[in-house]
Amino acid sequence: MKAFASLLDRLTLTPQRNGKIRLMVDYVASVPDPERGYGIAAITRDLSIASVKPAMLRALMAERMDEVLLGYSYDYVGDLAETISLVWPERGDGEHQPTLTEVVETLQRATRLDGPRLVEGWLDHLDASGRYALLKLVTGELRIGVTARLAKQALAQFGGKDVTEIEEIWHGLAPPYTELFAWLEGRTDKPVSAARGPFRPVMLSQALDEEADLPKIQPADYAAEWKWDGIRVQATSDQGVRRLYSRTGDDISGAFPDILELLDYEGSIDGELLVAREDQGSIAIAPFGDLQQRLNRKVISPKLIKSHPAFIRAYDLLQDGEEDLRALPFADRRKRLEAFVARLASPRIDISPLVPFDDPDHLAALRANPPTDARIHEVAEGLMLKRWDSAYVPGRPKGPWFKWKRDPFVVDAVLMYAQRGHGRRSSFYSDYTFGVWTGPEAAPELVPVGKAYFGFTDEELRELDRYIRNNTVDRFGPVRSVRAEPDHGLVLEIAFEGLNRSVRHRSGIAMRFPRVSRLRWDKPPSEADRLENLERMLPRDASPKKVRKASA
Amino acid sequence: MRPAELLCPTPSGLYCPPGDFYIDPVRPVARALITHGHADHARSGHDAVMATPETLRIMATRYGEDFTRRRQEAMLGEWSEINGVTVSFHPAGHVLGSAQIAVEKDGFRIVVSGDYKRREDPTCEPFQPVPCDVFVTEATFALPVFRHPDDRAEIAKLIRSTEQFPERTHLVGAYALGKAQRVIALLREQGYDRTIFIHGALQRLCDLYKAEGIDLGDLQPATLERGGKADFAGTIVVGPPSAFADRWARRFADPVSCFASGWMQIRQRARQRGVELPLIISDHCDWDELTATIEEIGPGEVWVTHGREEALVRWCELQNIRARPLHLVGYEEEPE
Repeated sequence: MKAFASLLDRLTLTPQRNGKIRLMVDYVASVPDPERGYGIAAITRDLSIASVKPAMLRALMAERMDEVLLGYSYDYVGDLAETISLVWPERGDGEHQPTLTEVVETLQRATRLDGPRLVEGWLDHLDASGRYALLKLVTGELRIGVTARLAKQALAQFGGKDVTEIEEIWHGLAPPYTELFAWLEGRTDKPVSAARGPFRPVMLSQALDEEADLPKIQPADYAAEWKWDGIRVQATSDQGVRRLYSRTGDDISGAFPDILELLDYEGSIDGELLVAREDQGSIAIAPFGDLQQRLNRKVISPKLIKSHPAFIRAYDLLQDGEEDLRALPFADRRKRLEAFVARLASPRIDISPLVPFDDPDHLAALRANPPTDARIHEVAEGLMLKRWDSAYVPGRPKGPWFKWKRDPFVVDAVLMYAQRGHGRRSSFYSDYTFGVWTGPEAAPELVPVGKAYFGFTDEELRELDRYIRNNTVDRFGPVRSVRAEPDHGLVLEIAFEGLNRSVRHRSGIAMRFPRVSRLRWDKPPSEADRLENLERMLPRDASPKKVRKASA
Repeated sequence: MRPAELLCPTPSGLYCPPGDFYIDPVRPVARALITHGHADHARSGHDAVMATPETLRIMATRYGEDFTRRRQEAMLGEWSEINGVTVSFHPAGHVLGSAQIAVEKDGFRIVVSGDYKRREDPTCEPFQPVPCDVFVTEATFALPVFRHPDDRAEIAKLIRSTEQFPERTHLVGAYALGKAQRVIALLREQGYDRTIFIHGALQRLCDLYKAEGIDLGDLQPATLERGGKADFAGTIVVGPPSAFADRWARRFADPVSCFASGWMQIRQRARQRGVELPLIISDHCDWDELTATIEEIGPGEVWVTHGREEALVRWCELQNIRARPLHLVGYEEEPE
C-alpha cells in the first residue's frame, strides 16, 4: 500500500503531464504483480469492489471523535477522506500494513455490509498517507488528475508500445492485468482481445483558429456538418455483443438499454447521443438538460426511457461487418455510412446531414445564423469541419478536423454569494452565485440566475477572494453573502451556452455551462442586466421541466 | 479580581488597564510588550517597547534602529514591575527571542503565550510551561487534522529529492524570520554541508542568527552574477514563498518547488500553491501539542486567539475547562 499511497500523493501534486507519466512508469517498473495491476486499475477506475458510503465512514469516525470537532475539521479540509485520514487515531505499530492486493481481493469477496468493518481494521494499521489512499479507493473517489488515457499512456511508455494498441485490447482485459504486463515486458505476445465489441480510440477535432485556419476551409477540401449538442458515443455491435462507449472508452451501455436495442447490425458507428422530445413526431432534439437526466445513472426506469427517449445521430462508420474502415478517406466512409444508416432504416438512428457551403464567408454566415427549421439554431453547438481525405485516426491531430463553436451568450450579472471551493481551492472563495436585476426600476432587487466556478485566472481568483473577504455582509456555513447594491458591488461578465426554463430556480431560468468571462471592476452594479433581457434569450418553445416527485 | 480587569481585548490588541500597556498591539501605542519578532506581532512606531534582547535586535534589523523611542530589555525569567503590575518573559520556543509574557497583580496571573511550539528547535530556547490562572493560547493549527510529523523526516525527504533530481534546483519557500533559519539548521544537523543559496530578503536575518551563535554553515546569495542556470542545478535555494511567483525564480533550472509550512499537511493547500514537495515543518504547536500544553499547565481558564479558535474552545468545553475566543484582529494565520 505504501508505494501506491506515495504514488497518489506525488500524482496529486505533480502538474506536468510528463511528470505524471514518469511517476506511473516508475511505479509499474518497481512494484511486482499483482500489486501494480491493481494500482493501475484503481487509477483507470476499472476496479470493482464493494464500496463504502461516506456516511459509514463518518459513523466510524463519530465513534472515535467529537462530532463538532470532526465537522470543523471537514469544513476546513473540504474532503472527507482526507479529513479522516488525518484525524484517525493511530493504533497499529506500522508493521502489518495491508498491501493493495490484500485490500482489493478481500473487498472483492466481501459484501457491502462487511466493508466498514474491514476498512476500520485497515485504518488502524496504515499511516496517514496510506489511510488517505485506502479511503479514496473504497469510496470510489480517486480524483487525482489522471485520466484513464494518461495511465494507458504510461503503460505504453513502460512497454515501448503505442497507446492505441493498449486502448484497443483494454476492454478485453481485467485487473490485475498480469498478461498485459507480461507483454509489455516482452515476455509474451500481445494478449488477444477475447472480448467482442471492442472500443476503438476516438478521433477528435482541434478548435478552429479563425485567422490561421479559416481561409483553408474550402468546399473542395472540407466537409461541414453541425456539431450537435449531446455526447459523443461509439455504438458497436459485434456478433451479439452490443456496447455503447463514451469518447473516453467508458462503457455506458447500462444507462441506455433503449439504445442497445437499436444496434441491430454488425459494425461500429461514431455519433452523437441525443434525447428526443416524444411529442414531436419525427426526431426532434431536446435541450441538453433532457439528456443530462439520463446520464450517470446505474439503473434507468422505463418511465424515463419513455419520457426521455435517446437516439443516435451518426457521424462516421468505423467498422462495417468484417471490414475496418478507419484507414479510408472521410469521403468514402461517409458514403458507406449513408448506405449503412439507410439499410438500418431505424427511426432512432439518423445521419448528421452535411452542410453545403460555397466558401469560408458563407460558412461563417451559417455559423452565425443557423437555419431556424429543424431547430438547428437551438441545438447545434457550432460546426464541424472535416477534410474529405482524412483517415480516422485516434487522438486530436492538427489539421484534418476542426470544431468551430458558436459564440457564447454574454450577460453582466452581480456577485451575490460566494462559497469556499473544494479540492484545489479549498481555502478560496471560488464558487460564485450571481444575479440580475428584477422588480421595479425604482426599487430593483437581485434574483440569482446561476453559479460559476471557473473562467478566471489564478490571479483573478485571489483578487476575487480578497474582494469577498472584504465585502462580506453575512455568513452561512461555507457561504458568504457579499455586498450587492446598485452602487456597491462587483459585476461579473458571465458567458454561457444557452438558457432553459426551470421551476427549481426562483428566477425561472437555468443557465447552461456558465463561466466568468470577465471581471468588470469598472462597471457599477446598477448597469448590470435585468431578468427580462435573459428571458428574451430563452428557446421559443421551452417549457418548464417537471419537477420530479420524490417517490414514496 | 476579574480576569478582564487585568487584561482585555481591544481593537489595538490585548490591553492591561492597571499597567497601561499593550501586548503585541497592532497599532502604535504608548507602551508595548512584544512576544516575538514576526511582523504581525512586532510593529514599529510604539513610544516604548519591552521585549527580549533578541526580539529588540530583530525589530531593529527589520525596521531600523528608530523603530521605537524607548527600548527596555526583558531578560527571560526575570520579574519587573509596570505601574504596579508584575510582568515577566519566558521562552516560547517559536523563533529566536520569542517569549511568553506573564502578567500578574494581586496574586492573579495571566500568561500570554504569543506563538509557541513544543518541538525541539536548534535556533531557539525551548518552551517553558508557566503556571497561571488564565492561559492565552494561539490557535494557528488548532484543528485535529494538524498533526505535524517529525521534522527530521521532512528534511530527509528534501535531501533525498536533491539526490533523485540532481539536475533540478530545489526552491524551498520558508518565512524569512525563524523558519528559513530553522530549515537551514536542520539541514546542517543532518549532515548537508553543501553551500545553501538564499534570497536577498533573508540575508540580514541570517546574519543576525549567525551573530547569535547559530551555525548555518556556508550561505551564499542566489544572485545571477554567480553564473548561469546550470550553477544552481542540484542546489537548495531558500527564499520567502512570495518570491517564487516572481521573475526572480526564473533564474533556476527546472525548479522543484518546496514549501516548509504546517499548512502543507493539507494536500489541497499544497496544490493551490503549486508545491511539488511539501515539507510539513511548523513553528507552531500541532493539535496534540496544543491540547497537551493546556492539560500540562492546567489553567483555570483558557483564552484562545488567532486561528481556529472555535475548535480549541470546543475541546476545552469537552474537558470542562473554561474557555473563550478573543476574536483579536490583525494577526495572520501564519505569516509567509
